[in-house]
Amino acid sequence: MRSSWQALLLSVAGLLAAPAASADNMKLLHSERSLYREVLVYETGDVRCICFTRFCRIGRQTCQDVKHPDRIVMNYPQMMLSSLFVKPEPKSVLIIGLGGGTIPRALHELAPQARIDVVEIDPAVVKVARRYFDLGDNSALNVIEADGRVQVKKALREQRSYDLIMLDAFDHEYIPEHLLTREFLQEVKALLAPGGVLAANTFSSSRLYDHESTTYASVFPEFFNLKKENRVIIAANGPLPSADQLRANSRRFEQAFDSFGISASKLLPLFSRKQDWERGARILTDQYSPANLLNLGKN
Amino acid sequence: MQLILSYLIAGWSGFFVMAVELLGGRLLAPTFGSSIYVWGAIITVFMLALSIGYLAGGRLSMSAPSVRKLGLILIVAALTVLPLLLFAVPLLDAVANAIPDPRFGSLVGATVLFFIPTVFSGMISPYAVRLIVPDRSSSGRHAGQLYFVSTFGSAAGTLLTSFYLVLIMEVNHILLALMAISGVIGAVACLVRGEANAQ
Repeated sequence: MRSSWQALLLSVAGLLAAPAASADNMKLLHSERSLYREVLVYETGDVRCICFTRFCRIGRQTCQDVKHPDRIVMNYPQMMLSSLFVKPEPKSVLIIGLGGGTIPRALHELAPQARIDVVEIDPAVVKVARRYFDLGDNSALNVIEADGRVQVKKALREQRSYDLIMLDAFDHEYIPEHLLTREFLQEVKALLAPGGVLAANTFSSSRLYDHESTTYASVFPEFFNLKKENRVIIAANGPLPSADQLRANSRRFEQAFDSFGISASKLLPLFSRKQDWERGARILTDQYSPANLLNLGKN
Repeated sequence: MQLILSYLIAGWSGFFVMAVELLGGRLLAPTFGSSIYVWGAIITVFMLALSIGYLAGGRLSMSAPSVRKLGLILIVAALTVLPLLLFAVPLLDAVANAIPDPRFGSLVGATVLFFIPTVFSGMISPYAVRLIVPDRSSSGRHAGQLYFVSTFGSAAGTLLTSFYLVLIMEVNHILLALMAISGVIGAVACLVRGEANAQ
């Protein structure tokens, strides 16, 4: 009896010690429990990240190089920003999902003429972005605390429209299922000005990939499919630009992207129109949206 | 037969309520999001409606109780889900237009959609207790058994709906299937002859 208790204690201690050892050099700067989750800020060397799980076990939300806050450390914000190759001079931008504010901050410099609305559901994330990721009180960024879909519907009612909409509300762990349905994408399309562009950062690695693809294809017959660790979908309310146009636009941003540590010419080859998914996969709708269940199954 | 049907109806009603509650979250999400307060609004409405249903069901069991009437309550509870299928989207849009705050919007939306069917579902358990209790000395045991069946049904309804049903069927199709099963069980109960144990 006694020995089995000891064995149990030892194994529990082992479980607790293992991640702590591997996370030795991670410094916890801040943690707070919000309405939705725990928001943690870790610093490893010069890289500061927001995570929603202890020791960032299930991925990092957003990261920043503390010495060079302008440099964009992660891949997916670079891919999201390359939507400027499709829509080089947006006058109005809607970003759903703030994170550390990497994308809105960069976009403000790359497209200074644009009015930028950012929707973030979690007030704690807004607070952390302001305190630890020098979002400050940037007056050019209009941060709205609301659910993404509720805000899209509200904007439609107010007959607003945007040249560029960015969807960055998903993470490794959880997808807000009402933001991955045909109806939602139809609402987003209706909110796009003619020729407006949607860029969506998605996380489907499993069979959800097929369902997500057919769902986007049901609203946007053609889109660019940029794949690295993440997948970024870039679609337009209108025809997509030709390869030449895309290249010309990317050249315009070469220098500006450089200052963020992004290589425009390396992003360009990612713009693929290949439809590499199962065309028969069931489309996700408000009536059928088990995105998280579908994301459990591996390919 | 009466006894089995009373337990069956109570267990199925437990399943039905929780399945509708979970699907309620699905129906409200496009309009109000799926934040904790939207779930809070849904659960509040269901609890409130059930509590009133318990009162009403207990009252109703005072006069000539029968398993036939119990079946009828089950059918009515299923029928009052019908507006959900037909008008959920326009109703919720209208509520969202009138009440921009998603907390109170979802509270009113959930009330409009779920209050009435859930009141009827709440009537089932106390009414069934009246049908199965033969005497005072065993009333606690019988009530306990009924709570067991009904809450076990709720657990099953929660698990099956959230793990499996939403993966294979559309929300409205699940609702239709739930209504159909209620209809069949209710109809069987209505065909049963005889009165409850007079006690």
